[in-house]
Amino acid sequence: MSTVQALEPGSRHDLRVGISPDAPDEDKIKDEVGSFGYCHSYETSSRYDGPGLRLVLFVSGCLLRCTYCHNPDTWHLKDGTYVSVDQVLRRISDFAPSIQALGGGLTISGGEPMVQLAFTRRIFAGARKMGLHTAIQTSGFLGDRADEAYLSEIDLVLLDIKSSDPETYRRVTGRDLAPTLRFAERLASMSKPVWVRFTLVPGETDDPANVDGIGRFVAPMKNVEWVEVQPFHQMGSFKWKAMGLDYKLEDTLPADRELVGRVIEQFRAAGCQVR
Amino acid sequence: MKASAALRKEVDTGDCWKGFRPGDWQTSINVRDFIVRNVTPYSGNEDFLAGASQRTKAVWAKLQPYFADERKKGVLAVDTKSPSTMLAHKAGYIDRNNEVVVGLQTDQPFKRAIFPFGGLRMVEAGLKAAGFEPDAAVHETFTKYRKSHNDGVFDAYTPEIMNCRRSGVITGLPDAYGRGRIIGDYRRVALYGVDRLIEGKRAERAQIDDMWPTDDIIRMREELSEQLRALKDLASMAKLYDRDISKPATNAEEAFQWTYFAYLGAIKEANGAAMSIGRISSFLDVYIERDLKTGILDEARAQELWDQLVQKLRIVRFLRTPDYDALFSGDPYWATECVGGMDLDGRALVTKSSYRMLHTLYNLGPAPEPNITVLWSNHMPAPFKRYCVKVSRDTSSLQYENDDLMRPFWGDDYGIACCVSAMRLGKQMQFFGARVNLAKALLYAINGGRDEVSGEQVAPGTMPVAGDFLDYDDVMVKFDTTMEWLAKTYVHAMNCIHYMHDKYFYERLEMALHDRDILRTMAFGIAGLSVVADSLSAIKYGKIRVTRDDRGLIVDYQNEDNQSTPQFGNNDDRVDQIASSIVTSFMEKIRKHPTYRNATHTQSVLTITSNVVYGKATGNTPDGRRKGEPFGPGANPMHGRDSHGWLASCLSVAKLPYRDAQDGISYTVSVAPQKAHLSESQLLDEAVKAFDVYFDRGGFHMNLNVIDRETLEDAMKNPDKYPQLTIRVSGYAVNFVRLTPEQQRDVISRTFHGQI
Repeated sequence: MSTVQALEPGSRHDLRVGISPDAPDEDKIKDEVGSFGYCHSYETSSRYDGPGLRLVLFVSGCLLRCTYCHNPDTWHLKDGTYVSVDQVLRRISDFAPSIQALGGGLTISGGEPMVQLAFTRRIFAGARKMGLHTAIQTSGFLGDRADEAYLSEIDLVLLDIKSSDPETYRRVTGRDLAPTLRFAERLASMSKPVWVRFTLVPGETDDPANVDGIGRFVAPMKNVEWVEVQPFHQMGSFKWKAMGLDYKLEDTLPADRELVGRVIEQFRAAGCQVR
Repeated sequence: MKASAALRKEVDTGDCWKGFRPGDWQTSINVRDFIVRNVTPYSGNEDFLAGASQRTKAVWAKLQPYFADERKKGVLAVDTKSPSTMLAHKAGYIDRNNEVVVGLQTDQPFKRAIFPFGGLRMVEAGLKAAGFEPDAAVHETFTKYRKSHNDGVFDAYTPEIMNCRRSGVITGLPDAYGRGRIIGDYRRVALYGVDRLIEGKRAERAQIDDMWPTDDIIRMREELSEQLRALKDLASMAKLYDRDISKPATNAEEAFQWTYFAYLGAIKEANGAAMSIGRISSFLDVYIERDLKTGILDEARAQELWDQLVQKLRIVRFLRTPDYDALFSGDPYWATECVGGMDLDGRALVTKSSYRMLHTLYNLGPAPEPNITVLWSNHMPAPFKRYCVKVSRDTSSLQYENDDLMRPFWGDDYGIACCVSAMRLGKQMQFFGARVNLAKALLYAINGGRDEVSGEQVAPGTMPVAGDFLDYDDVMVKFDTTMEWLAKTYVHAMNCIHYMHDKYFYERLEMALHDRDILRTMAFGIAGLSVVADSLSAIKYGKIRVTRDDRGLIVDYQNEDNQSTPQFGNNDDRVDQIASSIVTSFMEKIRKHPTYRNATHTQSVLTITSNVVYGKATGNTPDGRRKGEPFGPGANPMHGRDSHGWLASCLSVAKLPYRDAQDGISYTVSVAPQKAHLSESQLLDEAVKAFDVYFDRGGFHMNLNVIDRETLEDAMKNPDKYPQLTIRVSGYAVNFVRLTPEQQRDVISRTFHGQI
């Protein structure tokens, strides 16, 4: 969430800075080599995106179109800057000793990191060599692409499960739910540490049945260390407007304390470790 | 320098020193030796601390109406008739029955004194601004019979210096008031008593009686005579309060009182911008420990002494002018006190009194003064580090400076003058020199020495930039030439100022609490570093088109390259190295010019609140900053440009070379008090780790605010709701509600980072 704060209007990481207009569409990219890729921005001081202090790298390109997305400026590859993996790793290395001393690591977020699979794998591997803990923030929609080799470079998966109901999932994201659930089950079978993240959007994902469904699905998974409830906020709305996109949540109020409390209680009742 | 044999003397101290471990300190004036032999380091936590006593609360309650009145009216009272000296005013009390530490600057709390020896103009302007009538007799005396420091300086200034002052390329020079930044070793009075100090000064004087009277020797003799007189006056001042300070203090209460009297004498004699108290916590702790052992003191009484001393340090007041307030907002006086740090043997100088000093911020509430400075060493006990961070989180009233960085330079008994200037106590003083506006200097380089606002030729005429675009190499050559000129003019002005200050406004008491032979530094300063670094980066990595006005002056800049250029505060070497090299380069230029009394040249990257004033006086800059916009304070990145989080911002600032900025590098960080998913205890641990990393990477200073923008905005609208809201600005803390609206807006516009 620190991401949004860093992206205030007028900052140099605001929209359309250093973009790559020639980039392919995000569903057409073939990055088998991964020496180059599209990065949107980075932030060095997040305390939300994994243990310790996180360097968060936002890559561009995502196949989902979540109605509440707070980073719509990362949907397309061409929203990012085309950079070499060496360049990215050199930048990470400037921070690595400090991040390590602070018990933190690298989190790749986006966008959807798995759109650029080979590129992000190389970054993870490089960060690992520097001694950094690695985490990926993903919707899991492209989880089938992540083979053993890919996941072996990752210490923690921050997995967004936006809904347990395929209809709701499609309405909110525009895509199928099944691949995400499949990915979650695969991670469970590998005992890969996972923090499940659930964005609580009033009127979109707050149906008690929806929450219970996720709770029931996640509760038996021993690899899930946390379920994190992330209350919806309006801090990303300026981007939708600036980009001329149709923002459907204009009048949606941020999730209030009461609602958050109810949802946390639901997860707890289902047997999840929740916060 | 070690005290010479002639100063060694066994004195009859009766029982004053009973129970102390003996050492060199008994035969020569050596407070440091006393501390390291007698200090009781404490590695536990804060659980032992006591609350405010009834007496403390009673005194505090008496002071509250004054604070409230002052917020509304400003200056409450002035003695317009009696120029301030140690003996100019009779004894003053707040609540005599409840005060355990006594002594006021005048005969009433919040009544300010006048210091015409510094400059009559400043006194009269201050009086008029506060709605008081200047006194005719004082006016006559200081126009007809007695010259002031201010008069002297203007006799020696050149037209060129006057131009620089007027244009704002050099600002804040101490040429009309006390220079400050001198820390008397006030502890000496408690440990030795005034009689022994007088003997020491007599001996120092006797040593030079047979030396040939060169200018230096004559001046030294006169100064030593002045120092002797000051010590006698100090004893007389204490007598006004029925205390005899001729002998050493015999218990903790006396040690507090004697030390405070020495400081009080200093602030009655000098109105320096910064009047630090030094490093008294662990020294006074020795007395407290002794009294706790013999049972004449308990924890509640020990805390009472600290609380009441701190009450006194919170009501120091000087009469200033509106111009002065614009530079140093909110009535600061930098009664800086240092806690923590390590000694040269590797023991932490953390005592229970380090905690007690911090704890005053709970017993009395947050406040800007005294300017409590934690000398952070990564080797200090973990519970103390945690407590410091907790106090910061709760009060935003602390600053931190890197003891591991300073100790190799200044030993283990240095204090901080003002905000960030380290000096060995009793063995070193500085000639304070405010700062130059380097951003304006860059614009002079571009415009051939003409001021971009007034159009006047201020620097010597050189070739202005030709053509429509700025070329990095061309600008660098021009900037280098301008900096050479500026450095020379700056040293020139400083020599004039301090010659006259010594002559007309000598700090006889503060210097009496120093050795005779001391290290003098001349402390130069630069403002606008991040503006200059970002501007040069823009010129180097962008394509900067210039716009000229009808006077032919370049007044605006446009980056025609689409890509943004590297900006200071993001741990990006491309620009961070430019910033570092500017610091080094200006220091080297300063060092070329001889100084008054052979002072050692030093430099600070510090602005106090003058970043607003400097910004106001400076035109558009090539980094995109608009005319009039404030600079980043101190060594801070420009507001909002350090956009990659606090770690990146810290790492950039930590690269600035301390060896070329030995007068200090100020950095202020504001973080929002968010919770993340961590427990309170984990949050404190994480913050301690963050400090360790920053200081381990070479960071010098951290002025930490834990506050959110919304609170500040609310305080701007409803000042009465936030009487004690304290925030740290560059190198000091202020009551937020006492800042000017302009400065409040500046503080609010600074970068706020997420949770540390």
